[in-house]
This record gives sequence, C-alpha cells and structure tokens, in this order.
Amino acid sequence: MIGISAPPQPETAVVAPRRRRGLDRRHIPVLVTLGLLVGMYGLGVANYDNFSDTQVFLNIFVDNAFLLVVAAGMTFVILTGGIDLSVGAVVALTTVVAATLLHAGWPAVVVLPLVLLMGTSLGLGMGAVIHYFKVEPFIATLAGMFLARGLSLLINRNSIPITDPFWTAMAQNRIRFGPGIFISTSVVIALVVVLIGAYVLAYTRFGRNVYAIGGNADSALLMGLPVKRTRIAVYTVSGFCSSLGGVLLSFYMLSGYSLHAQGMELDAIAAVVIGGTILTGGSGYLFGTVLGVMVLGMIQTIITFQGDLSSWWTKIVIGILLFAFIVLQRLVTRRTT
Amino acid sequence: MTNLVRHRLFWPSAVLVLLLASNVFFAPRFFTITLQDGHLYGSLIDILRSATPLALVALGMTMVIATGGIDLSVGSVMAISGALACLIIGGLPDQDSVAGVLIAVGVALALSALLGVWNGVLVAVIGIQPIIATLILMVAGRGIAQLITDGQIINVSSAPYRVIGAGYLFGIPVSVIIVAVVVAAAALIIRRSALGVLVESVGASPTASRLAGIRARGLTITAYVFAAFCAGIAGLIFSSNVASADSNAAGNLIELDAILAVVIGGTALTGGRFSIAGSVLGAVLISALDITTYTIGVPAETTLLFKAVVVVVLCLSQSAAFRAVVFRRRNPAPVTPAVEVSA
Repeated sequence: MIGISAPPQPETAVVAPRRRRGLDRRHIPVLVTLGLLVGMYGLGVANYDNFSDTQVFLNIFVDNAFLLVVAAGMTFVILTGGIDLSVGAVVALTTVVAATLLHAGWPAVVVLPLVLLMGTSLGLGMGAVIHYFKVEPFIATLAGMFLARGLSLLINRNSIPITDPFWTAMAQNRIRFGPGIFISTSVVIALVVVLIGAYVLAYTRFGRNVYAIGGNADSALLMGLPVKRTRIAVYTVSGFCSSLGGVLLSFYMLSGYSLHAQGMELDAIAAVVIGGTILTGGSGYLFGTVLGVMVLGMIQTIITFQGDLSSWWTKIVIGILLFAFIVLQRLVTRRTT
Repeated sequence: MTNLVRHRLFWPSAVLVLLLASNVFFAPRFFTITLQDGHLYGSLIDILRSATPLALVALGMTMVIATGGIDLSVGSVMAISGALACLIIGGLPDQDSVAGVLIAVGVALALSALLGVWNGVLVAVIGIQPIIATLILMVAGRGIAQLITDGQIINVSSAPYRVIGAGYLFGIPVSVIIVAVVVAAAALIIRRSALGVLVESVGASPTASRLAGIRARGLTITAYVFAAFCAGIAGLIFSSNVASADSNAAGNLIELDAILAVVIGGTALTGGRFSIAGSVLGAVLISALDITTYTIGVPAETTLLFKAVVVVVLCLSQSAAFRAVVFRRRNPAPVTPAVEVSA
C-alpha cells in the first residue's frame, strides 16, 4: 500500500466534536489558510500600488475558475482517502474533443453534454476499476491519465481554435458590478459547483458517507454504509468536475490543445491540501479548497505585481506551503488522539 | 514449461521480444549492429542508450517501492543534479579540466543524496505519506532547478563531461557501462547481504519487522537516499548527453515511466517482494517501445495509449480480486505461485 487507503487507525476516525470552548481542532487548518490569505493580501496591498483594486481580487477567480471546479472534484476523492491523477489529462481531452467537434460543425448544445458525459464516464470507469479490482487509486488514475492524454494527442497534436458563437459568447460575457469591476460567467458556474458540492458534503447522506469512508473504510462497511457505490461515485464526480473544468478552460482559452492543463493535477492536489483537507481522508471542507485555490492565485498575483521575481518562485513557494500545511496536519491529527 | 511461463519475468520478456521482432517488418536492418570508428552502432544500442536514465531511476524507485513507499520527486532531482553540474562546469576557468568535472559531478551527486535524506526524513521520521512527502520536492524541485540555472538553458562545452552521457569505452556507450556497474553493485550489495530481505520485510509489514527488531526508519531513509542518488546520476547522464541543463525537459514525467517500469518488472506497489532485474527489464521495454514507434512511423503520442493499456493489464493481472473473478472456474485453488526471489 502506498498509504492511500490507510490501515484502520482509530485516531483518524471521525470523532464526535467534543463540546468545549475554543476552536474545533478540525477547523484549525482552514483558519490557518484563511489567516495566510488575509496576510498575503495585506502584504500585497501594503507593498504594491493598485493591489487593493477590487478587480485584482476578482481576477483571481476569473483566472482560476477551471482550477476551482477541478479542485472541488479532487476534494471529494481525497476526502475518501483516494487520489485522482487523471484530472489534468481529462481537462485537456475535454478541450480537444470539444474543439474538434465544434470545428466539424456540431452544435454547442450537443457538444457540451457530450464532453461532460465523456469525462463522467471516464471517472466512472476508473472508480469501477479501483473498487472492483482493488487497484491502487494512484495507479488506476495514472492509467486514466496516460489514456486521456494519449487520446487527446491522437486526436490532434496541434492547438485547435474555437470559433463557435456560444463558446465565444461565454468567453467574452462579463457580469459587471460597476465600472471596471466584473467577473466572467465561468466564475458563476464554478461558484455554483462549489455551493452544490458543499451542500452535498454537509447535508446529504452521500456526503456523510464520503467522510465516513475517509475516516475508516472498514468501519463504514461494517456500519452497512454503501462503500462500493460511494467510492465509485467520488471518482465519477471528479471525472465530471474535470470535464466541466475542461469546458471552462476552453471558454477561457478559446482553443482545444492536448498540452493544456499540464501538471494541473498537482495544482489541484496542492489547493486541496493547503485548504486543510487531510490526505488520509475523513476531514476537510470544500470551503477550504476554495481558500486553497485563492492562495495559489494570490501567489501568482503577488509574483506578477512584484515584477522582478521569476515564475519559478511560484513553484518554490507552493512547495514550501505544501510542506508547512502537511506538517501542520500531522500536528493537528496527532493532538486529537 | 509451466514454470517458465509462470516466472514473473516471462511476460515482460515475451512482450520485449515480440516488440523487437515486430521492428524487422519495418526496418530489415533493425538487428544489425555495426562497428564504426570503434563504436558500436545500431538500433539495439540506441534502445540501451536511451534506456539508461530510466533504468537508473527505476532501480532507485524499486527500492523505495519495496519499502512500501513511492518517490515522485526523481524527475526534479534529475533536473537539479544536471543543473548544478552544468552551473559548476560553466563557471570553471577551463571547462575541459577533469578534476573540475569530477568536483561538479561529486557536488551534484552529494546534493541529490541530501534531497533523498529530506524525502526519507519526511516519510520515516515525520510520518507523512510517501506520495505526498515526495510531491513537495516534485513541485518545489523544478523551481529550485530553474533557480540554479536562472531559468536559462546552460550550455557547456566540456569534453570530460560529455563522456558520461555520449562517450564510448571499448566501443560500448559509457552511459550503458555506468548503469551496468551501478545495477550490478546494487544487486550484489542488496542480494548478497541481508539488506534485501530486511527491506522486503519492512515493505511487507512495518509493524512485524519493528517487532522483529529491524530498524525500519534507517532502512526507509536509505532507500530514499539511494533513489535520489540514482536519479542524480540519471540527471548527469541526461544533461551530459545534450551538453546542457534544461530544467524543464530533464526528467519530465520520468517518475511515471519509472513506476511503470517497476510494475512491469513484477514488483507490487504494495511493497515487499521486489525484483531489480525486472525493473531494468521494464525500463528497456519502455525504451524499446519508444524506439519502435519511431521505426514503425506511428505518431510518438500513441506510446501513451500503449502505456495506459500496459498499466491496466499489468495491474489487473496483479490484482487478486481480478484473478479471483477470471480464474475462478479454471483454478479452484488460489493462483499465487511462490516464485523464487531473484535479482
């Protein structure tokens, strides 16, 4: 085992929240992320002109709407203690298939559901392989990644422009709140996905099953929870979110390219971890993932504003943050025992 | 006969032979090896040469996977090692000085080993899941490599450094000799001492091996250091072959190929039993696959599809649940032949 489906560990079980004053320990990682985000924003405002513009803040969402959707799907998977490496490749495949079909003259109303269905079925397939054949999620989704990336390269090695009127309308449509203050339609879609996801996780039977499996899959099974259905469902959700993320990316880029979204699986995992979701599963919030995506976006914004910092500092800072949050997770989970 | 078929290296070997044989239909001179200027030339030599970085990385990965871990950072370590070596050589007053190149190689390998210590400590001391612990260095490492080269591609024109990746000794490529020596030394040390068995026991059951008095922590850290060290050598071979350090291209996605090579070689990702020979065979198989796609003339991208199929087939054949479903009728008894562990 490479530690993805954790052995029965009593300490990771979902403990009923002890009623006591002060902070719930499960909230600490999310609060730290929130503090970090506020701190970074303060740093930006203090050091750079125009950083306090509302649009600078909104652009973080505009530029990362697709990542937000993908990371939301990844949150479901990681909450069960799994991992999905295929997301970036599925995003790329979605953009390529959508662009190719639109280029061939298919109407947008047909293409849109078709690509979403394709991503969802890919996720369903991976979930089925993981559950029925007890293949490591890491390996099954790695195969999915090779498959999706290979298929998109096979379809077309070059970037395909999208000129469909619906796509261009979605790309250019801006929802304005005032002069120079706007968001794109993709942001609205991403936020709706996050809200639905958060509701499902917190208030539905399926959502509670996700947490229960991540806490301890064996106990969940003994409790009579539908482990099989839930585990396959989270990969299906992730597949759907990846293809929707791909659609949003094709709105943003107005092209389909097999090399789009390279390494996006790492960004999504980083966003989920920085957002405070425990990688062994069972604890975390979708709200934290939103904060995680915002932290990643904020790092890029600060580096852009600083001007003399090179792009590789993004990677180094993300690495340092990953390290800090993973160690923090260890400390938090250790103390709850 | 059944013993031969059941040997865990049978299927990978058979696939390799089929793959090589299929080339003859497209390039009749595929198996010809010629001697030009005292150097061996031919497609088979090309396959071996292009397999060298992957074989080294897969060797290190085998030991990490045997302890029940995984190392995603090998590609980044390759990039860092090549970048540092090229930076030092580029700064030498005389780039052709052998001593200077040796110092550069030594420093690059020492840094690689240090990065391995970092991975090992995160996994064995702090207790972070291996996939996540090494993800940190995977993300940050490429940034560090770009920091070393200042985002540029550093070109070097050092004859001694070129020898590592592009030189020949007795007609054989030096990189192939390096890999053969490292693999032989590793196999000798690991299999002729108790080390291999200890690593397998840690991978099979950390708790049981701790109760048996095995120092799992030290062994695990050693495995990560070894993996990073191997990745460091692979990075040197890669950058020496192209006489430059490219922080983006060096070792890009090699971690996935290495894991694939290890799995093809019959080492289960769950840890425990491992096969060094299998991993090297897996690396050669992947390299042969790349060369074959060029020979046949299919787009290189289809190798990704083929790899996907290979991963699925291999993992399903390793999955006990799958075998139970498929072989239920034919073999009532569980089919898990106890194959002798051989390096």
